[in-house]
Amino acid sequence: MKIYQNFFKALRLKETSIAVITISTVLFFYSLQPVFLSSTNVNTLLSITPELGIPALGITLLMIAGEFDLSIGSVFGFTPLLAAELMNTGIEVELAIILALLSSSLIGLIHGFITVKSGIPSFITTLGGMLIWRGAALLITGGQPRYFRIQEPIANLMTGPLFPFINAQLFWFISIMTLLWIVLERTRFGNHIYATGGNRDVARYMGVNTDYVKIFCFILSSLLAGFGGIIQSIRLGVALPNQGDGLEFDAIAAVVIGGTSLRGGSGTIFGTVIGEFLGRIIENGLVIIRAPSYYFRLYIGVVVIVAVILNFYIARRVKERERP
Amino acid sequence: MGDGPLVRMVNIHKWFGKIYALRGVDFYVNRAEVVGLVGDNGAGKSTLIKILSGVYPPDIGEIFFEGRRVSFKSPRDAIELGIETLYQDIAVVPQMDIARNFFLGREITKQLGPVKLLNLKKMVQESLKSLEAIGLRIADPRMPVENLSGGQRQGVALARAMYFKRKLLILDEPTNNLSVKESMKVLEFVSRLKEEGISSIFVTHNIHHVYSIADRVVVLSHGRKVGDYLKNDTSVDEIIRMVVSS
Repeated sequence: MKIYQNFFKALRLKETSIAVITISTVLFFYSLQPVFLSSTNVNTLLSITPELGIPALGITLLMIAGEFDLSIGSVFGFTPLLAAELMNTGIEVELAIILALLSSSLIGLIHGFITVKSGIPSFITTLGGMLIWRGAALLITGGQPRYFRIQEPIANLMTGPLFPFINAQLFWFISIMTLLWIVLERTRFGNHIYATGGNRDVARYMGVNTDYVKIFCFILSSLLAGFGGIIQSIRLGVALPNQGDGLEFDAIAAVVIGGTSLRGGSGTIFGTVIGEFLGRIIENGLVIIRAPSYYFRLYIGVVVIVAVILNFYIARRVKERERP
Repeated sequence: MGDGPLVRMVNIHKWFGKIYALRGVDFYVNRAEVVGLVGDNGAGKSTLIKILSGVYPPDIGEIFFEGRRVSFKSPRDAIELGIETLYQDIAVVPQMDIARNFFLGREITKQLGPVKLLNLKKMVQESLKSLEAIGLRIADPRMPVENLSGGQRQGVALARAMYFKRKLLILDEPTNNLSVKESMKVLEFVSRLKEEGISSIFVTHNIHHVYSIADRVVVLSHGRKVGDYLKNDTSVDEIIRMVVSS
């Protein structure tokens, strides 16, 4: 009986179903090709996932607050390019990166401000932003890549190896994940994020400044997109104008697979982390078993639908059981 | 404090464009009194309530709270005085758990070094205690409010109002869409609030519900007050006749 009850308790955690899917996927690839769990491959997975996962962490909070950000892929490309341009004018590397990150925060502020004040859906604001910032990146560079070679100390701080299996970007990923988890689950502000996305009228009535909450989340989403872009550029040694193309869909897929509601009000940071890893595992696993890489999008599409149906179904069963 | 009524609205008029919604209504609520506010659709009930909860100001008329003249610029001003309105749909956030809803906007925190973190344990304990005080037993306060029944959700909102020492509760159609059993629960919650010294205004179509609980019943019709009876001086039939005939 006790086990049975705990089983239902575990089911109530949105992460459970997706964790089961992820473990099955790992076992699936491993059974076909044991190289999948070799230390080299695990290391590869752990160094690529963070740079794409950091933007997904940011957008999780925004989506819980009930808004969207389609511009993160463009900001992911624009921010390192801006940093590269600033470095070319002779500005110190550290300062150039900081200024670029401030610019990406400003972009988020603009998206948030326009969305909140005009009352138009953030889907539209950030769709515009997606085109604008990608256009700006192409305009600045004339479509050409920019070198992104920076001195070792700073490069190591962002992407260098720290311990076996733990590189700097994984460290950043885990730190940001922990910080955002605390903010979301253990602070007043986190409670206000959930309330804003869950029912804005109730939140307002209870004294929550929902406009402020949303704008903060837009800034965070944009800043972390820029940060992920900087990490990728440092790792590759180059800033590409089309960098992060399509990232917004992968990130939203990871967030949704991780159990965050598209309508806002519920979701978890750990769900997104698992969702992001699942995406990268499928991408990487398909390469390892030598399936054509075109399969990736197809599989992710299927997983999005299956995971959401599963979450929906489990939530309904738990609800029926709990209703007194 | 004074001994007069808790709240007094004097000669309230309100126009919406050409519609003359309230035509000089006088209304008061005593301390620890449950007042039923009844009337047909368009009688002016919700306009009167919205003026009292600060949603919009009266065009003519004055409001006195605990003897002092007040004017509300927003619902916030009314809430700060201790007037809380529980609308049917905007009482709780469905996806959030009970404890988080209970303390929304007024969360309990504890200092941990430089940061303030939620004191979830205390939030859970305090909310459970308040829920039990109005007779609502919940096994697990960490489950989302959407898993509760309509009556229980009202209970959560009422317990919250009690916990935060509200002085006047305005209940807008609290028994709408509830089963008979659930409605009885809500009525029971309201009478517990009265025992705690909290006044309430019970706005409803359901005269049987209001009669079972109110100390006094006020009838509105076409923007005017047409009846104001102590319950003991009237009957359900008489109130129904007032609502229908005028």
